[in-house]
Amino acid sequence: MENLNSYLTVSAILFSIGTIGVLTRKNAIVIFMCIELMLNAVNLTFIALSRYLGNLDGQVFVFFVMTVAAAEAAVGLALMIAFYNNKESIDVEDVNMLKW
Amino acid sequence: MDMITIPAVNMTPIMPEIFLSVLAMALLLINVFVPSGQKSYIGYISFIGVIAAAVLVGTGWGMHVESFNGAVVQDNFASFFKMIFLLAAGLAILISDQYMVREECNHGELYPLILFTVVGMMLMAAGTDLMTIFLGLEVMSVSLYVLAGFNRENRKSNEAGLKYFLLGAFSTGFLLYGMALTYGATGSTRIADIATFAAQQSLPSSNVMLLAGMLLMITGFAFKVAAAPFHMWTPDVYEGAPTPMTAFMSAGPKAAGFAAALRILLVSFSTMQADWSQLFWVLAVLTMTVGNITALRQDNIKRMLAYSSIAHAGYCLVGFTAGNPTGTAGIMFYMLSYTFMNIGAFAIIVLVGKKGEPNGNVMDFAGFGFKHPALAVAMSIFLFSLAGMPPTAGFIGKFYLFSGAIQKGYIWLAVIGVLNSAASVYYYLRVMVYMYMKEPTEEFDWLQVSAPIALSLLISVTGTLVLGVVPSIVLQYAQEAIKLI
Amino acid sequence: MFDNVWLIPLFPLLGFLINGLLGKKIKNETVIGGIGAFAVLCSFAVSCMTILKLLSLPGEERLANVKVFTWMTCGNFNADIAFLIDPLSCVMIMIVTGVGFLIHIYSIGYMHGEEGFYRFFAYLNLFMFSMLLLVLGNNLLLMFVGWEGVGLCSYLLIGYYFHKKSAGDAGKKAFVMNRVGDFGFLLGAFTLYWFMGHNFNVWTIQFTELGKNAHLLPTGGVVTVITLCFFLGATGKSAQIPLYTWLPDAMEGPTPVSALIHAATMVTAGVYMIGRMNFLFIRSPETLMVIAVIGACTALFAATIGTAQNDIKRVLAYSTVSQLGYMFLAMGSGAFAAGIFHLMTHAFFKACLFLGSGAVIHSMHHALHHVHSHDDAQDMRNMGGLKSKMPLTFLTFLLATIAIAGIPGFSGFFSKDEILWQAFANPHHGQLNYLLWGMGAVAAGLTAFYMFRLVFMTFFGECRITPKAKDHLHESPMVIVIPLIVLAGLSVVGGYIGIPKLLGDLFGGIPNYFEHYLEPVFRLSEEYMAEHAAHGVAHHSVALEWGLMGTSVVIALIGIGIAFALYVVNTSIPAKFTATFPALHRAVYNKWYIDELYDYVFVNPCKALGRFLWKGFDVVVVDGVVNGVAKVVMSFGGIIRYMQSGFVYDYSWSMAFGVVVILGYYLFK
Repeated sequence: MENLNSYLTVSAILFSIGTIGVLTRKNAIVIFMCIELMLNAVNLTFIALSRYLGNLDGQVFVFFVMTVAAAEAAVGLALMIAFYNNKESIDVEDVNMLKW
Repeated sequence: MDMITIPAVNMTPIMPEIFLSVLAMALLLINVFVPSGQKSYIGYISFIGVIAAAVLVGTGWGMHVESFNGAVVQDNFASFFKMIFLLAAGLAILISDQYMVREECNHGELYPLILFTVVGMMLMAAGTDLMTIFLGLEVMSVSLYVLAGFNRENRKSNEAGLKYFLLGAFSTGFLLYGMALTYGATGSTRIADIATFAAQQSLPSSNVMLLAGMLLMITGFAFKVAAAPFHMWTPDVYEGAPTPMTAFMSAGPKAAGFAAALRILLVSFSTMQADWSQLFWVLAVLTMTVGNITALRQDNIKRMLAYSSIAHAGYCLVGFTAGNPTGTAGIMFYMLSYTFMNIGAFAIIVLVGKKGEPNGNVMDFAGFGFKHPALAVAMSIFLFSLAGMPPTAGFIGKFYLFSGAIQKGYIWLAVIGVLNSAASVYYYLRVMVYMYMKEPTEEFDWLQVSAPIALSLLISVTGTLVLGVVPSIVLQYAQEAIKLI
Repeated sequence: MFDNVWLIPLFPLLGFLINGLLGKKIKNETVIGGIGAFAVLCSFAVSCMTILKLLSLPGEERLANVKVFTWMTCGNFNADIAFLIDPLSCVMIMIVTGVGFLIHIYSIGYMHGEEGFYRFFAYLNLFMFSMLLLVLGNNLLLMFVGWEGVGLCSYLLIGYYFHKKSAGDAGKKAFVMNRVGDFGFLLGAFTLYWFMGHNFNVWTIQFTELGKNAHLLPTGGVVTVITLCFFLGATGKSAQIPLYTWLPDAMEGPTPVSALIHAATMVTAGVYMIGRMNFLFIRSPETLMVIAVIGACTALFAATIGTAQNDIKRVLAYSTVSQLGYMFLAMGSGAFAAGIFHLMTHAFFKACLFLGSGAVIHSMHHALHHVHSHDDAQDMRNMGGLKSKMPLTFLTFLLATIAIAGIPGFSGFFSKDEILWQAFANPHHGQLNYLLWGMGAVAAGLTAFYMFRLVFMTFFGECRITPKAKDHLHESPMVIVIPLIVLAGLSVVGGYIGIPKLLGDLFGGIPNYFEHYLEPVFRLSEEYMAEHAAHGVAHHSVALEWGLMGTSVVIALIGIGIAFALYVVNTSIPAKFTATFPALHRAVYNKWYIDELYDYVFVNPCKALGRFLWKGFDVVVVDGVVNGVAKVVMSFGGIIRYMQSGFVYDYSWSMAFGVVVILGYYLFK
């Protein structure tokens, strides 16, 4: 089914963009946004497959993913704020005290 | 589109989870009203809660109950791992109190968070649906991110939390994508259905979507158990996190990652064992070698144990590669032993540490053997066990893992494993050399052993030795458990 | 039948626990030492009962597996805590507990006043426990537990004087080298287990089961690999080329430790292991040859080094390495009983020698301490003339020296001669036999030379320490002397239970009791060897055997003679002459000149070779290789460590890289 393939392709491209963003960006918030993009690409895959398979599991999964993403966002932003309080920066170049 | 049928709900399989969740939420609320000097009581209540949960898990031993339309199961496999998680949590709670008081942290929330982590891990072990496993994994991870960055005033702890969060979320992306592809290929997220589908295929590995799904899920779990090349978060996070949390993280979540991966791969993808064994062979070799070789050059003891924990994950991957009853029961046994010996070692590190942890160095153990002989003996037992020397649990565990690989004919893998564990002796021994063969550079005046830590040490030492001398008492349970999944 | 055999290792374990946990509180040396020694005495008593029971059985029934409890089972893998009682393990427990008990008694006197007295006895008992486990274990895994345990105790005891950096380093070196050997042991065990299970469906690690099924194994091939792995383990534990360098360094430990662990018991574990698995080794002629060659080379090589040492304990250490070489030569020649026999006699005379040297060092140390001298108490150049000061020590030491030198009538002669004869007459190595015998015989001469050099330098001639200190030299207390006397007695008479057939016939057909006793253990192997001998069983004439025996005795006498000439005649006589008869000085001078020439032609090259082998080969090459490997690994660690840059994006790159490689490999393969 061509239709499914194009959905899957779009989501694969979105996933890749997200991955590349994580790899190249230096701002922690932007990195987190790229991860969100990856998660949403997965959501798109789930929806498309659910629709194609005629089975609701995929859509239920998406709800959970969205919930989890929200929880992660809450915790992640809190961690960034805690870091910012100490270091006045959220650039990952500055997240470099622990190494070797 | 068919109608959604409301599944028959049987709460029994998740009673421990429900109990712990309710307890944790209640404690979070109570915590608000507890004055800051008395937060330790939250810890004591949590510890009792952990014991109660263990009783709940124990009473369910031997039963096989499915619930939530096949999304969760209560079986011996899950129960065995749940016991490991509860043990890790219990020991971690015991060693947290003294540490947190010393670091002047507001630690009321710490204990509920540990309990939430345990709930997540339990769902990972008990989940028979990718959705449940994913949820469990996220509940565990999100709580762990907070635990790693728990000491808000400490920059290292901030950094550990942030790094763990960013990389963990990144790996979640891959794991989820793998789950989505598997769902697409098989039309179901239930592990049993995936297995049925894969069994019907004449050559399942030629189904690209299924294969890619499996591989991406493996990478996700490889991150959780810190297998190379997905291990790089481990040393930084372990070094930066508060020491009791490092201890907890090195044992519990790793076991949970293995539990979920074991269930998925052994049940769903048993027909593709040839494919994943090959992958695990490479991962095992890389993980053991990178972990051990890097640990040779570490002076910071927390960081050294972090690298060593990578190596230990590698040993377990040897058992995974074998994928036979001996190897997989070996993983379960090893994770239990590792919980005892590693948390025990961290308990000693908590004791030796000072506020702000200026002295997390191997050299700070100089002369420890003369100042505190009993503690030093305990530390020696843990180190021997980590190095895999008889008659400790670590030796038996490694022996099992490697003999599993040998039964399957992976001689070279076992050889590399044995070589690696021979190399590892060097850095464990180094700590012992400092303890027993160097003059103390400073007095250990500050060192006080609180009752909870003494209890945790007692449990760890007993566990390490008993599992080493009479391993069959636990191994038979592990074997029963692995047979039934 | 042998239900109480588990008591044998239990007593030392209890001793270890009591002394280890409460020793610091007990403080009283007599009590601590008493507990340690008594534990071993109990083990010895049970061992005696066991061997008596064993002897009361007919030959073919002398085998029992005594299971204490199931250790672990998993699928078709099964390991028990179980003990194997047969003539071989019985002779070993007798040696270990018997000699061990004497050394415990000795230690009470020797370690008197040392810091950490309780620690010493706790470790010593732990060692006894591990060693007995090693010897009695009825499966490979239990043996390995003992194997690791004795290595650990050896490490702890070598590093006993931990405040000396050299002691710590020596301990570490021993531990690391032993680990290399352990790796070989494990590798061999794994391969054997897999090979037997995979090909013949015999999944077992129990010695008797393995022995019963050994006939399934092919000759050579995989068995060679397996046995070579095991032999690597033996070279580590028993200090053979190339893993021997830890043993001389191990002399940093207290002397009773050197006597017990590094002479009488632990270092012979490798020999015992080969004896225990004789059914395996005979199925690989290649391995037997390697063992024989390495054994002979080690015997000769270590003996040459022994001639150039001045530290009394180092001479004995190299001598131990050399004697262990003999035992391996015997094992490699298929003469298992002879090897075990030498193991036993060696335990007697070498323990005696070490304890004697300990008594000397003890006395020297006190004397030097009294006059606040910082001279080395272990250097033989500081000794001399101790014969009159310590007559009992001297006498026992002399008897043990005669025994090791292979003088007829003493224990060492019987066992060594048997080995040399078997090396010559065995049917395995063809022409190589002559070379092996030659090396063994030369080594025997060198042994006689350096041992008597030691005796002459230590006990004869002028006392070379300051006269003031000399007055403080005195005989050791009885607690030290009695073990010496017992051991010296055993060194003399211990050989008569294993008189070679040739001599036995001469004296009216006395049988070789020892060989006869061990026969049930080795009989199958001997039959197998007789059938499969590579070069046919050669029939040598009795005259030849007499001739070879005579030759080795003559070589030993020559060695003694040279030692006498160089260390008694040339050192003491010239000095006396110069002092009392200045007129004869010139003559003496001339004599000196001849001796110098003699030195120049014979002794110096030999010494130079010895020194070269010691400093050059030993220190540079062997240590170099071992340390080199360690350095390479360490520097790898350094490199990989810096890959851990601390930047999150590097880590995510690594993960992404992993994902891409894994997906790429599987999807496009």
